[in-house]
Amino acid sequence: MQLPDAEALCAELVKKLRPVVTPATGMVGIHTGGAWLAERLHRELGLAIPLGRLDISFYRDDYRKSGLHKSVKASQIPFDVADRRLLLVDDVLYTGRTIRAAMNELFDYGRPESIALVALIDRGERQLPICPQYCGATLAVAKGKMLRLDRNDAGKLSLRLDDD
Amino acid sequence: MTNPQSQGQLSANGELVHLLTLEGLPREIIVRILDTAQSFLGVTEREVKKVPLLRGMSVFNVFFENSTRTRTTFEIAAKRLSADVINLNVSTSSTTKGETLLDTVDNLAAMHADMFVVRHSQSGAAHMIARHVGPERHVINAGDGRHAHPTQGLLDAYTIRHYKKDFSGLTVAIVGDILHSRVARSLIHVLNILGTPEVRVIAPQTLLPAGVESLGVRVFPDMRKGLAGADVVVMLRLQNERMRGALLPSAQEFFKYYGLTPEKLALAKPDAIVMHPGPMNRGIEIDSAVADGPHSVILPQVTFGIAVRMAVMSILGGA
Repeated sequence: MQLPDAEALCAELVKKLRPVVTPATGMVGIHTGGAWLAERLHRELGLAIPLGRLDISFYRDDYRKSGLHKSVKASQIPFDVADRRLLLVDDVLYTGRTIRAAMNELFDYGRPESIALVALIDRGERQLPICPQYCGATLAVAKGKMLRLDRNDAGKLSLRLDDD
Repeated sequence: MTNPQSQGQLSANGELVHLLTLEGLPREIIVRILDTAQSFLGVTEREVKKVPLLRGMSVFNVFFENSTRTRTTFEIAAKRLSADVINLNVSTSSTTKGETLLDTVDNLAAMHADMFVVRHSQSGAAHMIARHVGPERHVINAGDGRHAHPTQGLLDAYTIRHYKKDFSGLTVAIVGDILHSRVARSLIHVLNILGTPEVRVIAPQTLLPAGVESLGVRVFPDMRKGLAGADVVVMLRLQNERMRGALLPSAQEFFKYYGLTPEKLALAKPDAIVMHPGPMNRGIEIDSAVADGPHSVILPQVTFGIAVRMAVMSILGGA
């Protein structure tokens, strides 16, 4: 299967986001792939507010089934969330459960004015009423496959398809 | 080293299902608990100081022996994980009416307890309860007799890691009533598992358990020698309530030889940290000038203790 070029999709997202960001826009990336993408977008858009990072392990809806994730990173939101317009960034949008967990966590930092969802790839198969406002591309991926973002030592982003 | 599986705290696939003792626990489980605790620290700085992990679960603090501080920190930890918390001082209720320990536990299980935090004056009480309830409900040992106090050992390890980063070059001196101290025992185990090259115990012969060297420590009856070059000094509380017979001439005498004063602390490394599990006896094992001084990390220990207990509960609750 030919995977899209992550770098090109990233440039596409920068183009879409450029007209909507302001000096007050807050950006939050979801660990790990979403945070990598957010780092790039944040830098290329020259956002003034420092980037936030979420590890949603403490908010996952499958905790009772699967337990706590083995390596939990600390979430860091280095700005005031209350009354701010937020861009929530993830690499691959799939069931929507990660986004729900991320929104639940964000609200524990404060009540934002709005949250817009940015995704590099939308692979469909949503299980919750969640859709991206800014999306690089849509791509149908077979169930049981895991589409994820990679970052090499030079910081170059690429997509990878694994067996789940 | 005891096989932890035989102690019943690991499941067949190596998952932690109860926390009963640190003795023999795999290093990666301890590191995972400390890393998870680090992630929980940030939660307490947010507007909403809670995460939803244990929502719908009931944590029963069952204390057969009084302890306000430990019970409170477990209670805060469970509440920050959104659990329902029920506190029971059993010493003052059913056991005085003749109910056995396991009857009490069965009754609490019938009230849909998902997790038991147990303190008991008898060594092995938490193990017995864990065997009885099986792996579906989780038991945390919050202190059993002289045996173990694993979450205290973990929070001590967390505190040391926070200030010293790495255990591989450290000298840790544990001072005072080692004989009666489950805190000391748990700390010695965790320090050994994490690869601390030099663990010292400083105490009079009468306050040392027989064969303490076999735990992997060096014994120093002379406090000044034992403190020389230490990176970490852990003071233990003189446990008056556990003293039977005349192990010590007097508290004043003890302070003279084994109390931590600024002058004795000066023998340790200049950047040494001073720890104490609390509650402190000022003027008996520790001078106020040290307890309130720049080397003291006694209050951060309490804060870290909540994050460590959150980590333990969230790992067990998902197992």
